[in-house]
Amino acid sequence: MPSFLFWLFAIVMLVFGALVVINRNPIASALSLVVCFLGLSALFMALDAFFIGIIQVLVYAGAVMVLFLFIIMLLDLRAEERRKMNWFAFVGGFLVALSLLVQILAVIGSTRMAKQTFPPLASPHADDVRNVGLVLFGNYNLPFQVIAVLILVATIGVIVLSKRQLR
Amino acid sequence: MNPTTSFVIISLLKIVGIVFLVILPMVSYAVYAERKVSALIQDRLGPNRVGPAGLFQPIADAMKFLLKEDFTPAHVNKFYYWLAPCLAMVPAITTIAVVPFGSTLFGVPMVIADINVGVLFVFAIASLGVYGIVIAGWASNSKYPFLGGVRSGSQMISYELSLGLAVVPIFLLIGNLRLTEVVRYQIDHGWMVFPFAGDWKNPAGWLLAVPMWISFAVFAIAVFAETNRLPFDLPEAETELVGGYHTEYSSMKFALFFLGEYAAMITGSAIIVTLFLGGWHFPGVPDGSHGWIFGLINIFVFFAKIAALLFIFIWVRFTLPRFRYDQLMRLGWVFFFEIALVNIFLAAAIITFFDR
Repeated sequence: MPSFLFWLFAIVMLVFGALVVINRNPIASALSLVVCFLGLSALFMALDAFFIGIIQVLVYAGAVMVLFLFIIMLLDLRAEERRKMNWFAFVGGFLVALSLLVQILAVIGSTRMAKQTFPPLASPHADDVRNVGLVLFGNYNLPFQVIAVLILVATIGVIVLSKRQLR
Repeated sequence: MNPTTSFVIISLLKIVGIVFLVILPMVSYAVYAERKVSALIQDRLGPNRVGPAGLFQPIADAMKFLLKEDFTPAHVNKFYYWLAPCLAMVPAITTIAVVPFGSTLFGVPMVIADINVGVLFVFAIASLGVYGIVIAGWASNSKYPFLGGVRSGSQMISYELSLGLAVVPIFLLIGNLRLTEVVRYQIDHGWMVFPFAGDWKNPAGWLLAVPMWISFAVFAIAVFAETNRLPFDLPEAETELVGGYHTEYSSMKFALFFLGEYAAMITGSAIIVTLFLGGWHFPGVPDGSHGWIFGLINIFVFFAKIAALLFIFIWVRFTLPRFRYDQLMRLGWVFFFEIALVNIFLAAAIITFFDR
């Protein structure tokens, strides 16, 4: 991939990722997160992982964030916008995030994987949809089915719980 | 010229040619066609003042949209109010990137980006189209647009499910998500819903047409819902919500919503044509490798099929009454969703039985 595209989308992701936290307006935060997801998907696609990139847009930007927006729109936004900035929480959060970053960098720096350079893909035009499907329904068929049942149970559980509240 | 430069130039030519010279004029003339056909159905004359048979009406409309005062109400959220019309128009046009609109012309494949996740790309971009309407409804800071935006959000998410499930039988059959492969398959084996175009003597092809017809019906109806067309235009139902999500918009910003709907109709029809009606293929017409004239005919066939579908869109709008909102949701979740699911099993059973 041309490296300027990597830098472009990486910067887009970081800027909008920061805007998610900085924005006072929850709608603006949610939309920044959408742009952040789009940048992430572009990075995946630049690595020839078209399937993962598209699923990122389809599931997160297209479905999950629309539901987020939907809920946020029905809430009272004014309270959030009026709230004063809590400096204590800001500094505390900053320190926690900083220590996490330092730890991650230390862990990554100490592994062997960080130092080796990977060879380029054997075929950059591999059919990744087929490969993901073969792995999911071949090697990992049972875990895949179990997860499907788990999600079904969770869906039914949500419906049962929310219906009980209505009554 | 090195390959990268020529690739960039050819891609740019294709993008400019297809979007600005074909899709956008088609959008404006779809509006004209809508007014003429609705006039025909309701026994009126329709636009007939500007040019012969009113043919220059779209130009007059465009001038009117551009020259009108661009009014921004004081109570709106300015940034998002301006952003929303762009978000409504862009996804509708972006979708066309992966659709093969012709075979080849001078050896150049007539598709802008032939990626291996073709149809998923279409769904991903189409699912972003909801933001324009939801944000318009929210940024307008007024009750009717807000209701329109909320309705549109839930409607589009609900019908995306049927949209996605309806195409699964096709890809069970073909085993490839690439849209050019879908067209290639239909050239060899006959169109998905009319197998006579290929090996029409094969009984498996005719039996497979049954789940394909079900898919086609569910998909087409879901496209109606996704493009907010009657009978599913609840987000802008004027009898209930004034103008729905675009109540507070005027001049060119309103025009972007208005034309975005037609652009979405055209790209939706393009997807239907590619998946079910053989794409640019017409029985007896060879592809572009036999001469550039056939390449041009292929492109013409593709857009003629789109125009036929647009006529059906307009016909339906002026024939059917609007659904009630709870009926719309029940139809999507209880009826089409289940039909699409059962249809996948039906198609899988037939494919396994005939070992296609």
